[in-house]
Amino acid sequence: MYLDHAASTPVRPEAVAAMLPYLSESFANPSGAHRAARAAKTALEEAREIVAESLGAVPGEVVFTAGGTEADNLGVEGAGRAARNAGLGDGVVTCAFEHKAVLAACDRLEHEGFRVYRVPATRGGLVDLDALADALDEATVVVSVMLVNNEVGTVQPLDRVAEIVEQRAPRAVLHTDAVQAVPWLDTTAAAARARLVSVSAHKFGGPKGTGALVVRGGVALQPLLEGGGQERGLRAGTVNVAGAVAMAAALQVTTERRSVEAAQVARLRDRLLDGLNESIAGLFENGDHAHKVAGSCHVGIPGIEAEMLLVALDQAGLCAAAGSSCSSGATEPSHVLAAMGVPRADALSSIRLSLGFASTDADVDAALELVPTAVEKLRRSQVRTR
Amino acid sequence: MNVLVAMSGGVDSSVAAALLLEAGHEVTGVTLRLWGGETDSGCCSVGDVEDARRVAAQLGVPHYVFNLSDQFEAAVVVPYAAAYASGRTPNPCVECNRSIKFGELLARADTLGFDALATGHHARVLRDHGSVMRLRRGVDAGKDQSYVLYMLGQRELDRTLLPIGEITKAEVREHAARLGLRTATKTESMDVCFVRREDRRDFVDARTSPRPGPMVDTSGRVLAEHAGVAGFTVGQRRGLGVALGEPRYVVAVDSRTATVTIGTRADLAVDRIVVRDLCWVDGAPGRETTLTVQTRAHGATGVGLLDGCVVHLREPMTRVASGQVVALYDDDLVVGGGIAA
Repeated sequence: MYLDHAASTPVRPEAVAAMLPYLSESFANPSGAHRAARAAKTALEEAREIVAESLGAVPGEVVFTAGGTEADNLGVEGAGRAARNAGLGDGVVTCAFEHKAVLAACDRLEHEGFRVYRVPATRGGLVDLDALADALDEATVVVSVMLVNNEVGTVQPLDRVAEIVEQRAPRAVLHTDAVQAVPWLDTTAAAARARLVSVSAHKFGGPKGTGALVVRGGVALQPLLEGGGQERGLRAGTVNVAGAVAMAAALQVTTERRSVEAAQVARLRDRLLDGLNESIAGLFENGDHAHKVAGSCHVGIPGIEAEMLLVALDQAGLCAAAGSSCSSGATEPSHVLAAMGVPRADALSSIRLSLGFASTDADVDAALELVPTAVEKLRRSQVRTR
Repeated sequence: MNVLVAMSGGVDSSVAAALLLEAGHEVTGVTLRLWGGETDSGCCSVGDVEDARRVAAQLGVPHYVFNLSDQFEAAVVVPYAAAYASGRTPNPCVECNRSIKFGELLARADTLGFDALATGHHARVLRDHGSVMRLRRGVDAGKDQSYVLYMLGQRELDRTLLPIGEITKAEVREHAARLGLRTATKTESMDVCFVRREDRRDFVDARTSPRPGPMVDTSGRVLAEHAGVAGFTVGQRRGLGVALGEPRYVVAVDSRTATVTIGTRADLAVDRIVVRDLCWVDGAPGRETTLTVQTRAHGATGVGLLDGCVVHLREPMTRVASGQVVALYDDDLVVGGGIAA
């Protein structure tokens, strides 16, 4: 039973079928000058066209990367360094509940002497717009605000962010981490006002290790990887053709089916949340429900340690998540919930059940049986041992 | 039985998991994340977690990581720094066993419905006459770790499995090689997991305020000034900063006056040890019971009788630093023990 789609989704059959030829007969390096290379190059550029069209960009604006983290790093660090080198300023503004890929890039820039402001989020899980406005100034060069939060699933008011940035920090480039948005939102419209947009294939039915950064015309970036000048000099290294082709196929399917899948998943999610609410006393939801994407169910259960609940659920066959995982696999207290002002005890008793296109009524039925049972088991034992 | 095995990523706990599996138990591995600092070098680093995970995967058993760093900080690290700052010599591995492995982890094993918790310690658990639990030295005398488990009582031992205590270290390695475990040739961790020996002083000073004071001889004559009592432990010979011809040792550390007393080897000899926080495997021994007295994890033992909280030694022993564990044995069975006052 898999309820961890925000961590990764199954690869769509269309994506697997699309990539297989580029893992077998069409293996050539797309940068070559021969017929085999041309076949790979054609596939790569067709993939670029599809990705561009799905994200509201033109093909020349799509830079393929090795996933969402690289896209975030390239967007934030690349735009920051290029702007500072051009003498435009040194200010960077982000939100404290961004993905670590953005926060770490901001930390890096701060280490290099940039002024970095990390504004808080509201208790409902939205970037604090007043704090954001206060943090901006004439010398702000990069603003990074995600489109959908990866833990609590809240959709950010990116258009409002863009307006404020245009008023207060006209020189700033707005970057958005849209990694969690693609399955649920018309990303073309939702991210229209961002100049840099990060996506990651495995969050919408593509393979891991492939992503893209949309770099709208006129945004200067300093590359992270240098070498053979691939991707217009913004990302050196032989492009992962199979990955790009698979991402394009997954994105195409996702875009075509988005409204249908999102409606189905929203119904499943609501059934899950309502059922948990009925069967578990004291259950609370993290993040303002009205702003959540269809797949997100992030709940706290008073008196329960999330780490223990995840083990109990795994023993029962249900895959779920809590906080964010560090390299050792231990559960860390969530920096997202901390940024939202959720008390530490509540954060440590919260779990994320995330649904996706592959979720079914049977998954929800199982979760509605297994989660309350596991909670009951943990609560009973606590009463016994304390 | 359904057994939770604490897997550190070392060879002993890897083999413990494998042997329990071979014996027909249902096995689940767990690795504890106790310390996330840069000094993480001992039993809980990311590399060790990965080793444990890979061994569990090879054995085909589930593996989890528990983040107990908050509990470890409160129960082990804070008392560790406080002890050194007040002139005592703590044993953090013992406190980790008491509070973390056989405290929090055992409670979690209960909660999750496991019948027992197993570790890779070299010691043996026996069930006497079907009811009373005993803790016995490991088969391999050179590797025996019963000393650091002296605090286990009936409640803990009843749910504890220590398969490694039944075999020698050489046999552990043979099993690991036979099973092709990736940890077969891994070297043992000797340091405390959160601080390297040479960094201990800086670690303690950063968490407490160092108190300089006098270094005196046994007659009270001031020999020098020292930078803080945390740098000294009873029995220490190196790094005293004074040259006096014959070898000199720290014979006492008084944190109230920040005084470190230096003396000769003879000044370290004691004929009684005062022990606090005594606990027993199965009740206190009688006053007439001859006890083997062990004051370090590995090393010479003494013989004595217990009267209240005082161990009267038959022959003098080297003075034990305040804060160290005094484990008491009847033959090779652990009777209990406590902390040197």
